[in-house]
Amino acid sequence: MSRNLPMSRLGAYLMVGLGALIMLMPFYFMFVFATHTRSDIFRLPPPLMFGGDFFDNVAILTIHIPFWKNLGWSFYVASISTALTLLFSAMGGYAFAMFDFRGKAALFALVMGTMLIPPFLGMIPTFMIMDLLGWIDEPRALYLPGAASAFGIFLMRQFITASIPKTLVEAARMDGCSEFSIFLKVVLPLLGPALGTLGLISFIASWNNFIGPLVVMRSAEHYTLPLALRSMQSPMNAEWGAIMAGSAIAVLPLLILFMLASRRMIDGLTAGAVRG
Amino acid sequence: MKLHNTTLAPYLFLSPFLLLFAVFGIFPLVFSFYLAFQSWDPIQGIDAMYYVGLGNFRFNLGDDWFWKSLYNTLWLALAAGIPQHLVAIPLACFLQQHFKRMRNALVGMYFLPYITSTVAIAIMFSALLSTDYGAINLLLRTLAEVPLLGQLLPNHNIDWLNRPENIKPAVALVVFWRYVGFNTVLYLAALQSIPKELYEAATMDGASARQQFWKITLPQLKPMMLFGVTLSVIGGLQLFEEPFILTNGTGGSDKAGMTTAMYMFKTAFEFNDFGIASAISWMLFAVIVVLTLITRFAFRERQSPPRLEQAA
Repeated sequence: MSRNLPMSRLGAYLMVGLGALIMLMPFYFMFVFATHTRSDIFRLPPPLMFGGDFFDNVAILTIHIPFWKNLGWSFYVASISTALTLLFSAMGGYAFAMFDFRGKAALFALVMGTMLIPPFLGMIPTFMIMDLLGWIDEPRALYLPGAASAFGIFLMRQFITASIPKTLVEAARMDGCSEFSIFLKVVLPLLGPALGTLGLISFIASWNNFIGPLVVMRSAEHYTLPLALRSMQSPMNAEWGAIMAGSAIAVLPLLILFMLASRRMIDGLTAGAVRG
Repeated sequence: MKLHNTTLAPYLFLSPFLLLFAVFGIFPLVFSFYLAFQSWDPIQGIDAMYYVGLGNFRFNLGDDWFWKSLYNTLWLALAAGIPQHLVAIPLACFLQQHFKRMRNALVGMYFLPYITSTVAIAIMFSALLSTDYGAINLLLRTLAEVPLLGQLLPNHNIDWLNRPENIKPAVALVVFWRYVGFNTVLYLAALQSIPKELYEAATMDGASARQQFWKITLPQLKPMMLFGVTLSVIGGLQLFEEPFILTNGTGGSDKAGMTTAMYMFKTAFEFNDFGIASAISWMLFAVIVVLTLITRFAFRERQSPPRLEQAA
C-alpha cells in the first residue's frame, strides 16, 4: 500500500498534467500562428515560437473585413445585452422573490420550463419577427432577445431569496420609500455578487454568439466578430495568419476575464446547469 | 395606498422581462409549431402559406438527407459524449485525491475551452487538422515512429476535413475537447459532496482504494452522471457550430458532417422552406425528448445496482 501510493500519485500527476497541456495547446498555437505569415504556418515543422508578423496579419485582416468595426460591434452588442440582462433580471427576480401576486407560481414555472427548450425551435419565428419589425441587420435584433434571460431570472430570484431579508424591504417601506426606490437604493446595491456572475455569463454568451447574428445580420459592416471571422474562411487560399490574428484578438478578452474571475465563472456556469 | 402599491409593483418590475419573454421566448415556440403544419416559401409572401397537415413530417420521413443528418447527429453525440464522461470521472477523482494547491489552476485549464468562442476554436482546429501541415497529423506521424504503438497508426497523413469517413471523428474530437472540462467540474462538485465518513468506514473495514472507487465513489456519483449525460444528450443533439465551421458551412463531402440542426438551418435559409424546416426542428426535439427519457431509464434507481451498469 505505502509503496503503491507514490507510483499512483506520480501517474496521476503525469496524466493530469499532460491532459492540461493538451487542453491549452490549441490556444498556444492560435497565438503563435497569429504572429506568422500564411506561408510560415504551412511549413514543416509548423512554427512553435512567436514570430513578428502579428501587425501585418492584422493589416491583411482589415483589407478583407472591416475588422475594427466588427470588434467594436461585438463590444457594443455584448455591453448593451449584458446591461439589459442585469437590469431586467434583477427587477424580475426581485418581483418573484419578494412579492406575492396572482399567477406567480404558474408564471415562474413557465419561465423555468423554457430553459429546457432547445433554442433552435424558435429560430425561424425569431427571424420572421425581426423581419416584420424591420430589425434585420440591426443590433437590437441581437441584444433584445438576449435580455429576456430565464436563467437570469432564476439566478437573481435565488440570490435575493437567500441573502436579502424581507424585513429590510418592509422597513424601507415603513420609512415611506416608493417601491422603485426601494429596489434601486436598498436591494440593487446588495446584489453585487449575483450581478457579477450573471454579467460575466451574459457578456461571454453575447460575445461568442454565432447562430444569432448568422440568422439576423446581413452586411459585413454589422457582423460581430465570430461571423466576421467565419466570413474570412474559404476552402482555397484562406489568409490563415490573418484569421488566427483575428481569432486570437476575439479570444483574448475572454482569457483575461477568465484569469481574473475563473472561480466565479466556473461556479456560475455550472451552478446554472446544476440547478437549472 | 400602500397596499395598492405592492399589488401593482411586482407586475411593473416584471414587465420589461415579460414583454421580451412573450415576444422572443414564448411566441416563437408557438408559431414554430404552427409553421410545422404549413407549407410556405417566405419569398412568396405571407399569403402563400397554406395548411398541409402532417405533410411536412411525412416529407421528412421520406427524405434521405434528413435521416443522414440524424445518423450524423447521433454518431457525433455518442462519439463526442461518451468519452467526455469516461475521461471526466477519473480526472475529477484524480484532481480530488492528488491535487490540493494546484487544483483550481488545473480545473481552470480544462474548463477554458468551454468559455471561448466556438468559432475561434473551430477555426483553430481546422488549421491544426490540415492534411499536410497540421500539427495533429505531424504528431501522429511522429508517434508512428515509436515501435509497437506505431503499428496501430497509419503511416500517411490523414485528410481529416475532406474525406467523408474522417469528418465525424474530427468534429467529435473538437466537441470532446471543448466539453470535457465542463463535465469534470460537475463531477468534482459531486465528489466533494460525498460524505467522508463513507470512506473512513470502508477503510476501517479494510476496503482497498479500488473497491472504494467501485463501491462508494461511482454509486455516489450516479445522480450527477444522470445529470451530466442528460446535458450531453441535449447539447450533443443540437450540435451546430463546430461542424458548421469545420466543414465551411457545407456539411462536408457526402454531407458526412451535416447535423440535423445544420440541415434545419439549410432548409430554412438556403432552400427557403420554413414549413419543412420547422417540422425538422420539432422532429429533432422529439428525438431529444425520447433520448432524455431513455437516459433517465438507464440511470433509474434499483434495489441493488449491478456492476456492469456502473461501468457504463
